[in-house]
Amino acid sequence: MNVVEMRGITKRFGSFTANEDIHLVVKKGEIHALLGENGAGKSTLMNILFGLYQPDEGEIYIHEKKVQISGPTMANELGIGMVHQHFMLVQPFTVTENIILGVEEKSSGFVQYEKARNKVQKLSEQYGLKIDADAVIEDISVGMQQRVEILKTLYRGAEILIFDEPTAVLTPQEIDELIVIMRNLIREGKTIIFISHKLKEIMAACNRVTVIRRGKIAKTVEVSETDEKKLAALMVGREVSFEMEKKEQKKGSIALEVKDLLVKGFHGKMAVDHLSLDIHKGEIVGLAGVDGNGQSELIEAITGLKKIEQGSIFLNEVDITKFKTRKIIETGVGHIPEDRHKRGLILDFTVSENMILSTYYKTPFATTWGINYTEVEKYTDRLISEFDVRTPSIDTPIRALSGGNQQKAIIAREVDRDPDLLIAAQPTRGLDVGAIEFIHRRIMEQRDKGKAVLLVSLELNEILKLSDRVAIIYEGKIQGWVDPKIVSEEELGLLMTGSKQAGGDAI
Amino acid sequence: MKNTTLKQNRNSALLTSILSILLGIIVGAILMLLAGYNPLVAYQALLGSAILQPFDLGETIRTTSPLIFIGLAVALAFRTGLFNIGVEGQYIVGSLTAYLVAAKVSLPTGIHALVAVVAGGLAGAAWAALPGLLKAFRGVHEVIISIMMNFIALYFSNVLVRTWLAVGKDSTDKIPPTASLRIGSLSQLFAGARIHMGIILALLAVFVFYYLLWKTKLGYQLRAVGYNRHAAEYAGISVRRNIVLSFLLSGFLAGLAGATELLGTSEYIAIQDAFIGIGFDGIAVALLGANAPVGVVLSALLFGVLTYGGGNMQFVAGVPFEIIRVVFAAIIFFVAAKISFRWGNRKKGKAYA
Ligand SMILES: Nc1ncnc2c1ncn2[C@@H]1O[C@H](COP(=O)(O)OP(=O)(O)O)[C@@H](O)[C@H]1O
Ligand SMILES: [Mg+2]
Repeated sequence: MNVVEMRGITKRFGSFTANEDIHLVVKKGEIHALLGENGAGKSTLMNILFGLYQPDEGEIYIHEKKVQISGPTMANELGIGMVHQHFMLVQPFTVTENIILGVEEKSSGFVQYEKARNKVQKLSEQYGLKIDADAVIEDISVGMQQRVEILKTLYRGAEILIFDEPTAVLTPQEIDELIVIMRNLIREGKTIIFISHKLKEIMAACNRVTVIRRGKIAKTVEVSETDEKKLAALMVGREVSFEMEKKEQKKGSIALEVKDLLVKGFHGKMAVDHLSLDIHKGEIVGLAGVDGNGQSELIEAITGLKKIEQGSIFLNEVDITKFKTRKIIETGVGHIPEDRHKRGLILDFTVSENMILSTYYKTPFATTWGINYTEVEKYTDRLISEFDVRTPSIDTPIRALSGGNQQKAIIAREVDRDPDLLIAAQPTRGLDVGAIEFIHRRIMEQRDKGKAVLLVSLELNEILKLSDRVAIIYEGKIQGWVDPKIVSEEELGLLMTGSKQAGGDAI
Repeated sequence: MKNTTLKQNRNSALLTSILSILLGIIVGAILMLLAGYNPLVAYQALLGSAILQPFDLGETIRTTSPLIFIGLAVALAFRTGLFNIGVEGQYIVGSLTAYLVAAKVSLPTGIHALVAVVAGGLAGAAWAALPGLLKAFRGVHEVIISIMMNFIALYFSNVLVRTWLAVGKDSTDKIPPTASLRIGSLSQLFAGARIHMGIILALLAVFVFYYLLWKTKLGYQLRAVGYNRHAAEYAGISVRRNIVLSFLLSGFLAGLAGATELLGTSEYIAIQDAFIGIGFDGIAVALLGANAPVGVVLSALLFGVLTYGGGNMQFVAGVPFEIIRVVFAAIIFFVAAKISFRWGNRKKGKAYA
């Protein structure tokens, strides 16, 4: 049976068409993936199904009956629930309070908290959500908050669940857990629409996949009859290469040398604990590790953003241990930060203002007191065309760009300075395959030019694909080195959790 | 759509301001009705007595000029992500210092005034230095320190007047004409109103404010720190240094407000038993003007008209001046509640409702 059928859906925002003549059929009991690049129109389509937007054209059938979904309340009544990209939880409230918000059962004016709490607990067990009904939202992890959102829809009796890019905020382990939960939901008779632009998860978890490209349906296929390459081509509209031409390495002398580094984390514990590391010219060193094992602190220490307790850092034989951030940048360090919104960009600045963030005071941009904006514009024009940053204009606030284009802007800024050491932290997080391919090529180019690159990523395949050597970081120490050509993702995973020691044979 | 976001932001700020003003005026009208006054008569009296006669126009402009300075001072700090609620104290210190230079130093006409103005500005900056430094280096909240600094300034000024500058009286003598900002021909143009060079200096400050923030390296840094200090830090911009600089510049502007008022309008210092509330007005002006130079000028003008016209409204229509303070407060309330934002969102789809 078709639980959802959308026929000829068109949605315009002003003169822009976000969805054009879209046909989507979702069958009962399946996990149906909606795949597409950022901005393809996936969220828009699902917001229509959830009643947040009204389509300009087209019809919707639920359980093969024509409906007009006037709003989320009506969607709820039809058994449709949605977990949005951005959670909608009240931080200081408990899980149960959040779940019953708006649908409180009352008896003589009092909320029946105990009853609701039991129901929440029961639902959590039924679907393996492992939620503590009394936990306060601000104390629980992002992954757990997402499960609370899922439970919220179940509590309201949802039969059709829409997950909008649920994995974008999750760690690899949490993603695996989510897939298990989705299977549980299907077993209990639910139907899931799963939005993502990550091919691997779709291949692992879904039955069928509908690809949307620039607001139109490219195709609906059975997952068992396709592969990542075909899906990527459908999504981007051209062939995408996953393999990277890796040129012969021209390894030079040591560029970065970190010796016996000690950096404090929160609670005074050592986040980086007597860590030593070196990177040669013309080499990409991948730093693999479970999030929170000292990666961020190491990067912040190298870039002068965090105090170094002990140890030293040399860049091309210059001792930069005591340098301030600006001096470190000037010595030749480029930094693609892990959190692009917190560190990497000033969202309210224009694209061109963001391009000179660490060079505004230098020629040719600076005059005695002022900034020569003609030069800044010339420079920005060059960078956005060279790095394919898609923006309506260079005077657009960078906030308005998609994540992929924001990231390309950062990469343009950092790579164009041609730093001796490029630190790339989570350089492709949340991006789609087209952008990932581009960014990988740029990082590889730096290596081929004889520069040193430190790549920090939670995506193991990214580390294995790009790196010449891989260091495993665990509890602030380098646990060992492996050769990416011979180590498998599974083996790396074990090393990262500290449950296995690397051979010790440093390579 | 995307390429018009900037314009949209600007438009939405403008829309917010205009709607807030209208709603503020309506709130005032309702209050007048409840109290048994005719709002139409009252507002007509207000407007008529603020701008129709050359004299009144001159006085309105005089009322406006310190508001421009103070509005700019608050806006500059806001732009760096700081709340300078200490403008009132910096204003007092600015006017005190300007008085001292005017009364205790003798210099040729013109130069005397200029030196006194600059000294007032510098005093304001010095007064702002402490909250700035504490904020930058110790993380102490600038609002707490600034409020304390306001009280110190107020009573310090009173003590000086009582024990040194005007022993046995409530106010000092007038400053010598060499230091005055008044110009006979300008006054005559406005039928003898107390309009003075302060307005020229204020408009000059508006231009400098714009140039500084959007055309210089310093302005780039200040705005970067204000929008996102983590990113500024990442790029090697010193957050501490810019916090201190922002406070100094803001204090300088507030000091100029005090100095020009003293040298142009009052020309003497009196003992004050309470704050005159110009700090509050400055915050209002900056908020309503969306921290933009032209916005500050326009909203200062509006508050100038309301303040001066409101005073006359008392005599012409018999409506108490307090109503005008309510209108002020209501306007700020609506600006702070971002009235147009709500309105706009209701019509567009609410994606994240
Ligand atoms: N409320 C809106 N107003 C104007 N444009 C919108 C709105 N919502 C989405 N868009 C535009 O529609 C396109 C599709 O957006 P979206 O559905 O969020 O993409 P996806 O979820 O596939 O990344 C984008 O170009 C986006 O800028
Ligand atoms: Mg989306």
